[in-house]
Amino acid sequence: MFYREAGQFKTSYQSDGQVFPIRQDRIAMLALLAVALLAVPMLASPYMLSAILIPFLIFSLAALGLNILTGYCGQLSLGTAAFMAVGAFASWNFIARLPGMPMLLAFVLGGLCAAMVGIAFGLPSLRIRGFYLAASTLATQFFVVWCLTKIPYLTNYSSSGVITAQKIVIFNYAFDTPASKYMLVLAIVALMALLAKNMVRSNVGRSWMAVRDMDVAAEVIGFRPMRTKLLAFAVSSFYCGVAGALYAYAYLGTVEPEAYNLDLSFRILFMIIIGGVGSILGSFLGAAFIVLLPVFLNILAHGMALPTSVASNLELMVFGALIIFFLIVEPHGLARLWQVGKEKLRLWPFPH
Amino acid sequence: MSFFIEVLIGGLLSGVMYALVAIGFVLIYKASGVFNFAQGAMVFFAALTCVGIIDKFGVSLWVAVPATMAVMIVLGIAIERIVLRPLVNQPEITLFMATIGLAFFIEGLAQLVWGSQVRKLDLPIEDIPNTWLMDNYNILVSNFDMTAAAICAVLVTVLALLFSKTKVGRALRAVADDHQAALAVGIPLQRIWAILWGVAGLVALVAGMLWGARNGVQFALTFIALKALPVLILGGFTSVPGAIVGGLIIGASEKLAEVYIGPMVGGGIEGWFPYVLALLFLLVRPEGLFGEKIIRRI
Repeated sequence: MFYREAGQFKTSYQSDGQVFPIRQDRIAMLALLAVALLAVPMLASPYMLSAILIPFLIFSLAALGLNILTGYCGQLSLGTAAFMAVGAFASWNFIARLPGMPMLLAFVLGGLCAAMVGIAFGLPSLRIRGFYLAASTLATQFFVVWCLTKIPYLTNYSSSGVITAQKIVIFNYAFDTPASKYMLVLAIVALMALLAKNMVRSNVGRSWMAVRDMDVAAEVIGFRPMRTKLLAFAVSSFYCGVAGALYAYAYLGTVEPEAYNLDLSFRILFMIIIGGVGSILGSFLGAAFIVLLPVFLNILAHGMALPTSVASNLELMVFGALIIFFLIVEPHGLARLWQVGKEKLRLWPFPH
Repeated sequence: MSFFIEVLIGGLLSGVMYALVAIGFVLIYKASGVFNFAQGAMVFFAALTCVGIIDKFGVSLWVAVPATMAVMIVLGIAIERIVLRPLVNQPEITLFMATIGLAFFIEGLAQLVWGSQVRKLDLPIEDIPNTWLMDNYNILVSNFDMTAAAICAVLVTVLALLFSKTKVGRALRAVADDHQAALAVGIPLQRIWAILWGVAGLVALVAGMLWGARNGVQFALTFIALKALPVLILGGFTSVPGAIVGGLIIGASEKLAEVYIGPMVGGGIEGWFPYVLALLFLLVRPEGLFGEKIIRRI
């Protein structure tokens, strides 16, 4: 009833192949983007913008990257944070060492560096599968962070290893308020999400899914497993690298190896599992869930006036329990819940 | 030369400690296909519970250990009932994620009940160099490490006997081979899994006590799960002997690399060296040294 698509006929291949084939979806998406781009920066408080919305968008982008690799190509990775670190440090070095380097180009180059590291560490995936691969992607995580701590050139011989990120200046406009940073991040994330959506609908995405569902069969019908898997690693790492650069520049304000620890990798993995493996929308829903959950738990703990040590341990327990709960109730994630809700709205108030 | 042997022996013995943790993983993976990331948290929980009981009730170690054993068995049964039973037939990655959630829960629970300060665990084994080896061969090896190795050997023997000689062990192996076939011949799958998680809890207790006595019972114990992972992929997820051999290889090469290669590249390489080593092994044998060969059909 709410969600009527009757009378919307597709008369051309172009209209049949749209990202959002239903008019209501298109309008809702445009409205959402308009609200996010225009209304939110005006209405939201700086705390809301810089502590919740910016990290939400950045984590969404990283989750999107991991979802391409794990959800679409089926290669479980525990080294997401390492690729993010490569992106951040590469961007920093490009900007610091090449005068006049445009900021956006530096982010892209940072992403490309991450993609190259991704290809290098994706090579074992040609031979190793499943959990053996997952455990060996931990090598990426530890090795990259170790390199960033031990090679002083990468941190420009800074004694503490923590370096301050340069101010974001694009076309002589300084993005220094939370609202402007938010709009920059939103624009980048929206653009890359659209790209990803189109990529997974194209032959590239179909080849990834073929490899995910059964790589031997995909090879037999003519997909080259090496190209497909390495492309997935490269694209995924590119997304993670850009997310990592944004994480350092728009959120943390510093570039440091410690920010990209194993914990971050796991958090991003949680995002795609809770949001929905193999779903673009799921990356956003999962990121929102993981970013908001600690905030809510914190408020709740304050409300009940618990001592901090008890509260932080309870937070861990509730976090763990909620993850298990979600997996039991809806193993396909929040994206599936959304889909089910949409189906229901389509038929409401009729049962069939 | 004696320095090399000393480093080698030290490495082998610390490898035994890694193997102790890895065995817990193998037990569960073998019989239920669950990659149990919570094993590290279980090690921490077991050690902290044991110390907590000693501190709180002022009882001796010999009372605390059986009490902790009971707690671990109850924990194992509870995990099977609450977490695994509703997740039967889900893909492996979902089960893996559930165990990560479980790890968070157990870590929070342990610290909530027993507090989060570092505690000392006193075992009646002294961490001093063995005088006999010192006098005769001039090699420095700790008594504690040798006892740990002996305990590990006993544990592996007991587990091997359990698996091969008892009725429960035969049922475990049947479940490991094929869940459905095991159910069809009347093996109670759920009870087997509960037993398995209980046994894994006991192995975690042994590992937790040895690691806790060595490094203090603290939150860092949960990270030894990460030390056990390269051991696991090197030895193969499905093989108990693999865990031992893998542990020895990783332990020895890690210490040798740290001593001989470490100074050349700035040290601190023990964090990633085992992974890279295991990765190199995997390139030759994708299922680890002793893992079951994965046959893929279309």
